[in-house]
Amino acid sequence: MKSNGLKEDASDMDPIHQFEIKKIVSFGHIGGVEIAFTNSAAFMFGAVALIVGGLMLATAGRALVPGRFQSVAEITYEFVADMLRQCTGEAGMRFFPLVFTLFSFILVLNLFGMIPGLFTVTSHIIVTVALALLVFVTVIGYGFWKNGLRFFKLFAPSGIPIYILPLVVLIEIISFLSRPLSHSVRLFANMLAGHITLKVFAGFIGMLATGLGVFGFVVGILPLSMTVALTALELLVAFLQAYVFTMLTCIYLNDALHPGH
Amino acid sequence: MATATGQTGTVAHGGPKGVFPPFNKDTFGSQLLWLAIAFAALYLLLARVALPRLAAILEVRRGRIDDDIAQAGKLKSESEAAIESYQKALAEARAKAQALAAAMRQELMAAAEQRKKQLEGGLAAKLAEAERKIEATKSAAMAHVRGIAVDTAGAIVEELVGKAPGKAAVERAVDAALH
Repeated sequence: MKSNGLKEDASDMDPIHQFEIKKIVSFGHIGGVEIAFTNSAAFMFGAVALIVGGLMLATAGRALVPGRFQSVAEITYEFVADMLRQCTGEAGMRFFPLVFTLFSFILVLNLFGMIPGLFTVTSHIIVTVALALLVFVTVIGYGFWKNGLRFFKLFAPSGIPIYILPLVVLIEIISFLSRPLSHSVRLFANMLAGHITLKVFAGFIGMLATGLGVFGFVVGILPLSMTVALTALELLVAFLQAYVFTMLTCIYLNDALHPGH
Repeated sequence: MATATGQTGTVAHGGPKGVFPPFNKDTFGSQLLWLAIAFAALYLLLARVALPRLAAILEVRRGRIDDDIAQAGKLKSESEAAIESYQKALAEARAKAQALAAAMRQELMAAAEQRKKQLEGGLAAKLAEAERKIEATKSAAMAHVRGIAVDTAGAIVEELVGKAPGKAAVERAVDAALH
């Protein structure tokens, strides 16, 4: 392999290049941090526009017998509502807008990432950490506001013998505090790894074709089929990670609502 | 944050070589700001506008379906009542028809019996009449038989003997033979 030749078009082959944040407009600096409208921000607002616009258009008819788009909107609504209701019961439905916002936002951002050339907002850990911390803070804030000090019962499951209680409480506290970490890294790592893998396999096709000529074109079928299969897998992962993030949010919210296990 | 003033302008968002973009702290500020704005906007638009609208549609449909089910239940019980009364009427009519048929049969049988008796009486009378006629005819025939026998016997005797016998003698002989 001619490593020199590869380095020249690094932006085409480099699997990391796709994650770069690009400035569109800079608004200057606040406290030494540059504030700029970036490709990431553009896709966030794109997702907002798509979700809200799509829902509004789909429900514009307010049809008694829904058409296709209204069906999609209704199925999504019922899907998230059932998920939340099963985890938290009717009491948790006050969080429905939050949970629906999280689900639709993450799902659309993940799916944006599946369109070649588009930026994947959820492949940036700062975004997933912020969303996970939002859930974490909501759980703690609502937990204490609703239950007061009884919220601490979350760390002391009932029916545990007193002599191993300190150990259990310690484990529960550690697992509680590590939630935002696992919550955010799961989404971030899945999106990041999937996109890197896709890019690497897609890069192989070009490398084989340029490096090996006609033989490369023939052998290139292998990474091409791999890329096709991975694309299907990544579509599944894009949905699944949005689902998992939302599901975990519902489970954590249940702790805030019913801390007594 | 070690963002020197010279560094930010050119390399911060282009990504300095070797810094993995998702871990490039220089971009965190922007991302957090826009994420907060976008997420808050999405939350407000969904919570205030889109989700209540969807909920209203689903609520209306659920209400409509419940109404329809109730209506269907009412209609069903009504039709069941109608079927019941129909069946009752049918049973009554059938019982009435059976009673009517039984009475009719009784009446017809009585009439037939009577006519049969009348017929039998008539037949017996005719039979007796016929028997009487037969008897009369028979005795009349028997009377003729004697006359014929007397004539025949007289003729035979005349043929055999050549001379007609006395009528009284022949009659006597015939009577003797007949009785």
